[in-house]
Amino acid sequence: MLEIMEGSHAVAEIVKRCRPQVIAAYPITPQTHIVEALAQMVADCELDADYITVESEFSALSACLGASAAGSRVYSATTSQGLALMFEVCFNVAGLRQPVVMTIANRSLGAPLSIWNDQQDSISLRDSGWLQLYAEDNQEAVDLHMIAYRVCEDHDVLLPAFVCFDGYVLTHTYEPVSIPTQEEVDAYLPAFNPYQRLDANNPLSFGMYATPDYYMEFRYEIDQAQHRAKEVFAKAGREFAEQFERDYSAPVEGYRLEDADTAILAMGSICGTVKDAIDEMRDAGKKVGLLKIRMFRPFPADEIADALKGVSTVAVLDRNISLGSGGAVGTEVKAALSGSGTAVYDYIVALGGRDIRKKDIAGIVDLAEEGRGDMFYGLRTEVL
Amino acid sequence: MTGLPEGCDLFTPGHRACGGCGPALAARLLLKATGENVIVVNSTGCMEVFSTPYPETAWGVPWIHSLFENAAAVASGIEAALKKQGRSEKVVCICGDGATFDIGMLCISGAFERGHDITYICYDNEAYMNTGIQRSGATPYAASTTTSPAGACSPGNVRQKKDMPGILAAHGAPYVATASIAYPADFEKKVRRAINTPGPCYIQVHTPCCTGWGFESGETINMAKLAIETGLWVNYEMVNGVVEKAKKVKRKPVEEYLSRQKRFQHLFKPSHRDDLIAEIQKIADANAERFGIDIRSKEPIE
Repeated sequence: MLEIMEGSHAVAEIVKRCRPQVIAAYPITPQTHIVEALAQMVADCELDADYITVESEFSALSACLGASAAGSRVYSATTSQGLALMFEVCFNVAGLRQPVVMTIANRSLGAPLSIWNDQQDSISLRDSGWLQLYAEDNQEAVDLHMIAYRVCEDHDVLLPAFVCFDGYVLTHTYEPVSIPTQEEVDAYLPAFNPYQRLDANNPLSFGMYATPDYYMEFRYEIDQAQHRAKEVFAKAGREFAEQFERDYSAPVEGYRLEDADTAILAMGSICGTVKDAIDEMRDAGKKVGLLKIRMFRPFPADEIADALKGVSTVAVLDRNISLGSGGAVGTEVKAALSGSGTAVYDYIVALGGRDIRKKDIAGIVDLAEEGRGDMFYGLRTEVL
Repeated sequence: MTGLPEGCDLFTPGHRACGGCGPALAARLLLKATGENVIVVNSTGCMEVFSTPYPETAWGVPWIHSLFENAAAVASGIEAALKKQGRSEKVVCICGDGATFDIGMLCISGAFERGHDITYICYDNEAYMNTGIQRSGATPYAASTTTSPAGACSPGNVRQKKDMPGILAAHGAPYVATASIAYPADFEKKVRRAINTPGPCYIQVHTPCCTGWGFESGETINMAKLAIETGLWVNYEMVNGVVEKAKKVKRKPVEEYLSRQKRFQHLFKPSHRDDLIAEIQKIADANAERFGIDIRSKEPIE
């Protein structure tokens, strides 16, 4: 049944049904509506979780780490500066192989301070060992949480995940969504079965230090688990599709890509605008399509190369900038398509909540087809 | 790691601590006091490094190390999880003075304010020893460290120790205590009291470091004793913010403690710095006054 509700509340509803035992969160805009809703659910005895009102994001993730190591399913949510404050813990959670699921309400990073949406925050943690999933709309955000717990807790993976959805654009937007019932979620997501846990009956040491004789092998194993996560995600996605008739099993998803000469690559809510723009361009006779990236980590390089076979020009929309280099997605897409003969151009767009419209998408397609790219698009040159 | 040999301590020998290491003794006494039904959270530092070089561990109880500054937050999560699972293990942090007084202050303050049922033990060796003897907020006045070196225009560390027990008592901690490895039975008794007191409890145990302070490795216990006997360290308990039971002593002059450690050698050579020694004596006198530790004639001990 479809209900109209705010994105943040929809996420809180599904998190409740995933039955986390411990929630630790610190308020930060635009994540607050999620954690407020969860706090109310705990207060109303709708959710049997211990809710730790930590004094910082750094402690939020540290507490989740401890609770997960002790054998409980955990949840947190953050964004932007909060995620930056968690930087050190993020690497630690992945290194300790704890299947923490955290929602990222994507927001830009200061300075200058900005509470508005881009994807700089989660993308800046791309090397931390967390899986990264990006939702286009609130239904996808809801569903990806269930899938994320399944994948993270799989003993072939044992890694944490960010479920990313765009701040304000999705978090504060009312859309019709279908929230699975508790019975449906229980049928899809079994109770947490930790691979190892802190337990006096079986004393183990977690987080020992590694000399040069061992460190590289630990890192290798995390990387291997990332790669395995792709298959586990596909399987979890297929089973989800069987149960809920919504299919997220592919790490990338094409839209009107079949005979396209030019493809746009994008992640997150911007894909909705791109699809509308493509429809208009198609009506005008242009052979344009979209490849949406759902999974940024592990990076689906082969799937991207496969999906873009036959495309001559690619325009990547990057809502982030690796300052001094280029957009993070574009850089990796260029690497994935190197030697294919496909021309890839990167566009830094819509940072810090800057609006992007259908005409901008059309403008970017024109630029790419003219061979002009690797630039910021939409700058207000009059204020430079 | 299950089924330890009969009579073997839960903190097992064969670790990599220096001979005469005060913190290693504190770890052993801690587990003797807690027994097996405990989960230990250890911050980054000497103890973590010397006790767990992968794939070896000295810990016969469940143990976790995450980061330098987050032990109290990790412990908060563990405690919450155990509560939801209906489990009975006690949660104990053991962290150095740098991890406690300085970098971990935020997490500790949060955990104590929230009232988690955890025991936080600071093994206080009065500087960052693992990184090479740099000053911390626990370094005493006039101690020479690698970042507070004594010099022509410096007495060494220019500040007194931060009053961490007082700060945590002010958070409403039901039980706060100081202890010393020179008095092992007292330390164990305090650990047992802390883990059996609901809510966040704090114990700061004095653990002299022969490498960092500069004394012979066979002198560790003597050094811990002298700290107490001079009044520069006071063993006391605070229950709901009120000091109870401070250990009384017949005080010796501070010189007897200072003159035996390299970190205070600049007070004696090349010239005898009576001015600085007098400053340190004042600190001991103030401790004696605050805690009422002086044994006067015919007064019973404790």
